[in-house]
Amino acid sequence: MITIITNNELSTGIETSKRADGRAFDELRPIKIEAGVLKRADGSAYLELGGNKILVAVYGPRELHIRRLMQPNRAVLRCRYNMAPFSVDGRKRPGPDRRSVEISKITSEALSPAVFLEKFPRSTIDVFIEVLEAEGGTRCAGITAASVALADAGVPMRDIIVSCAAGKADGQVVLDLSETEDKEGEADMPIAIMPRTGEITLLQSDGHLTSEEFEKALDLAINGCKKISEEQKKAILSRYG
Amino acid sequence: MIFVEDKEIVIPGDILADEDYHAGRGTFKENNKITSSLVGLVAIRDKNISVIPLQSKYIPKRGDVVIGEITDIRFSMWNLDINSPYSGILPASDVFGKEKRDLSKAFNVGDVLFLRVVDVDEVKKVKLGLKGRGLGKFRGGILINITPTKVPRLIGKKGSMINMIKDETRCEVTVGQNGVVWVKGKPDMERVAEKVINMIEEQAHTSGLTDRVRNMLFELLGKEKPLEKQEETEETGEEEEDGEELIQ
Repeated sequence: MITIITNNELSTGIETSKRADGRAFDELRPIKIEAGVLKRADGSAYLELGGNKILVAVYGPRELHIRRLMQPNRAVLRCRYNMAPFSVDGRKRPGPDRRSVEISKITSEALSPAVFLEKFPRSTIDVFIEVLEAEGGTRCAGITAASVALADAGVPMRDIIVSCAAGKADGQVVLDLSETEDKEGEADMPIAIMPRTGEITLLQSDGHLTSEEFEKALDLAINGCKKISEEQKKAILSRYG
Repeated sequence: MIFVEDKEIVIPGDILADEDYHAGRGTFKENNKITSSLVGLVAIRDKNISVIPLQSKYIPKRGDVVIGEITDIRFSMWNLDINSPYSGILPASDVFGKEKRDLSKAFNVGDVLFLRVVDVDEVKKVKLGLKGRGLGKFRGGILINITPTKVPRLIGKKGSMINMIKDETRCEVTVGQNGVVWVKGKPDMERVAEKVINMIEEQAHTSGLTDRVRNMLFELLGKEKPLEKQEETEETGEEEEDGEELIQ
């Protein structure tokens, strides 16, 4: 006799609510942020989120020599997102590629609304995001660390931007997707917000979500952002003891 | 209604007070709430709230005295790096008058000058000048960069801090409002002065700094600690605006 084993029979209640790495659906990976780690940069930050290790350096506001980029009424915020060749399993070919050019652009656009760029006309603020180890969600981790580094550099800002992803993996809406959840899951939705006002400065979506799932994922991501925001504040304050 | 205390450390996005206060430097108004835009210390003066940054860049202002390094020689002017997002220019006419002479004979690339900001126009062109007491070229010595907002702290009340460093190390010390400090003396004394100045920058936001600087100076110079405990009132927080720059 053939018995058909369905998924329902196999899984106990605990298994459905837990994820591959044992986290609850609304649980972040362990996070650590440190500000002011680089001596020669105007501002810097180091962030660890699960298996992600990210170093950010901020230079500026400084003189901009490229005339065509110069804005007469405000500063330009230039971002460079770069993955180290050793940051992933195997080897990442060094240099900018389509993905890193896109992430550099959206990082700049996510951070710009918070920065008082109009205070420094004709100058530039340069943000360098180096991914030393990657384990899913590096663009969010990069934005989170970059805004800590900007605050550390003394750049005037409306708020400290915080970023976090939510998505759908194994049919469940979850917070802060890991690398496997991102690759094998159904959807990934990174967002960036200004935590004080709740304004969204970045919203991307990759994959399929129904409108209910989207609402749920957005709520989840915003709550995740608020938790990370507390860590950012602690990191900045602890620099000055 | 106020949500912070004087000299409290705040970060960008922290709400400081309601609209019945006046939003000073380092703050902005949003939804009738005064909010900090910087990492810094709160300064409350009557109804005016401002935030003094712990880290900042120098923004040139007319009348400031600054220390700059020549980076380029052009047809009729020198270009100078003044440790700011905007570079400065020194017109040749300011040095030679109407005479036409070779610019590199007067100042060359790499020379360090003590200058006054004559004018900053709307496109942020910074005109510098050498007219004034003590302005001119430095010979020898070392340069130390500190955050411009910490310059008043380094100078101290009526120059108390800077004079102490000068007296103890027997160095000439000149501070530009752009956060560049020039020190000249015996090489080992220059090192001592550099260490002390870097210490002041790191601990500028703490109180009782003058005493710690005095102890550090005596320790580095291998002298005995001063016996009499000075009774001067402890200077906490930042000095009032613009401790006047010092000309050796």
